[in-house]
Amino acid sequence: MSRHAPARLCLLALLTWAISASAGTITIKGSDTMVALCQRWARAFRDANPSVRLQVTGGGSGTGLAALVEGSTDIAMSSRPIAPIELERIKQRTGVDPVVIEVARDGVTFFVNPGNPVRALSVSQLAGLFSGDVTRWSQVGGDDRRVILYTRETTSGTSEFVRDHLLGGLDFAPIAQPLPGTGAVVNAVSRERFGVGFGGAAFSRGVVPLRVRVDADEIAPTPEAVKTGRYPFSRALTFVLARPAEGDVHRFLQWVASDEGQALVVRAGFFPLR
Amino acid sequence: MRELTQPALASRPTPPSGEAQRRAARWDLFVELAVTGAGVAGIVLLLLMIVFVVREALPLVLDPTQREQASLGKLLLPQPWRDGHPPAFLWNPTSKVPKVSVWPLVIGTLKVTFVALAMAAPAGVAAALFTSEFAPGRLRTWIKPTIELLAGIPSVVLGSFALMTLASALQATFGFDFRLNALVAGLAMSLAIVPVIYTLTDDALRAVPHTYREAALALGATRWETAFRVVLPAAAPGVLGALVLGVGRAVGETMIVLMASGNAAMVSANLAEPTRTLSATIAAEMGEVVMGSTHASLLFLLGAILFLFNLVLNVTAGAWVRARLQRREGAPS
Repeated sequence: MSRHAPARLCLLALLTWAISASAGTITIKGSDTMVALCQRWARAFRDANPSVRLQVTGGGSGTGLAALVEGSTDIAMSSRPIAPIELERIKQRTGVDPVVIEVARDGVTFFVNPGNPVRALSVSQLAGLFSGDVTRWSQVGGDDRRVILYTRETTSGTSEFVRDHLLGGLDFAPIAQPLPGTGAVVNAVSRERFGVGFGGAAFSRGVVPLRVRVDADEIAPTPEAVKTGRYPFSRALTFVLARPAEGDVHRFLQWVASDEGQALVVRAGFFPLR
Repeated sequence: MRELTQPALASRPTPPSGEAQRRAARWDLFVELAVTGAGVAGIVLLLLMIVFVVREALPLVLDPTQREQASLGKLLLPQPWRDGHPPAFLWNPTSKVPKVSVWPLVIGTLKVTFVALAMAAPAGVAAALFTSEFAPGRLRTWIKPTIELLAGIPSVVLGSFALMTLASALQATFGFDFRLNALVAGLAMSLAIVPVIYTLTDDALRAVPHTYREAALALGATRWETAFRVVLPAAAPGVLGALVLGVGRAVGETMIVLMASGNAAMVSANLAEPTRTLSATIAAEMGEVVMGSTHASLLFLLGAILFLFNLVLNVTAGAWVRARLQRREGAPS
């Protein structure tokens, strides 16, 4: 991308807004994590409602919310809570509070080989493992064997989520082995007795999901704990609107919350709302 | 070629009529042009490829932002990466503070290539010595095609074999900490380059004139002495060519290392630790890279390094072979 990219993006956003205002297109912009899910929704919704056009673009949660502040998108996808300053700016423009709607949940499971006696770790112990500060399982209550780390290639959204939420944006240990997909990580850990990896909770054949110790509790990554947010590595995936939805946007949101819409959430590797 | 074919044409018992002769000459010209064209096309394609790779990597030098993000210092010198840790050679171009050292990848490539060659060169050359010097004719007609069949196995199959079976077997046998490591990848890679080394070495050995063997045996050398002291040295340039092609294949091979090496980019001399090669890095990251970014230019730089490596290897080997041939033939220097 060149230095003019932001300017071009703004122009593009403005253009799409102009088009959407005239031709009944719903523009959705934001979180890269949510793009694939949202595109599934858009495709399925369009099949049922051919008159409605949906345009889904990524760029990150911040980009989506900035576009919402400018009024250049109908819906912002955000995988983080909206910041007070963003809320304030939107309110300044529209005069009403923006609407935040949870549309799905995202959770990351850490897993080990069944042959490893470790079953629960605290957040700081997990951070120690993946930053490389903890190199032996005996340091976290396991056998005196080396910790074998599996991560995802750095371009993966899951990898980024773990990096940001577990390591505070720092890099994984250089010795961590990046694999091309969650399936590959599960496969590797199922064969490596002292391996540890992470991925969506849907994949856990041949591996044992770790419970996360928070204070005195040990929380398993069950759909229930992910939904309520009790499980520490879970987050809400939200749509943010500048004002209450109406017309086609309202119909789309209702459809997303329906059983049909939520079924696609599972297929995209996330957790449904119910 | 021309000197050979033209007298042959001219010495035909019945010279053809003028019209047929002209047609034959036209056909000759056409074939010659076609063959020359094929040869030139090969060279042109190679040149275009080099131009393409270099052009894509050029922004690293020309673009001020990229020059700053991937300066020579960042590429070649250890960089700070975490408080309380010494600076290190790291490759992590998509991190918050990108790390772009090429050393982990270059060393990873050399490690895997070394293991592959250390396994494949003795095995391939020994097998070729056996089939060309010792094996009875019937056995040879079985062994050669079988080993050559190994070359037909897709590298993704070899990679899966290494990932699923070989890695577990080696870990169980030697008690490696890391299931996937440079040794597993190198071993799987040796399966891919053994047929290359074997076939070319066998051809080189069989091209040694029979008089050499007869002379050695007549002087009282045993079959083993003949094979090892006379035939093998005589075929040395061909054997070296086989090894160079084997190394070239190992350096560029992607799928096997991508699947079996563990892909952790770090500098270490330990063969039992995971490693990341140049080719695997390009394969893993090219699909997701933002075109025009420093990261993309860096991946093309890695490609250029691979190119340069093979070029140097081939030129050096070629020079060695020429010097060697000159010495053997006693040509005036």
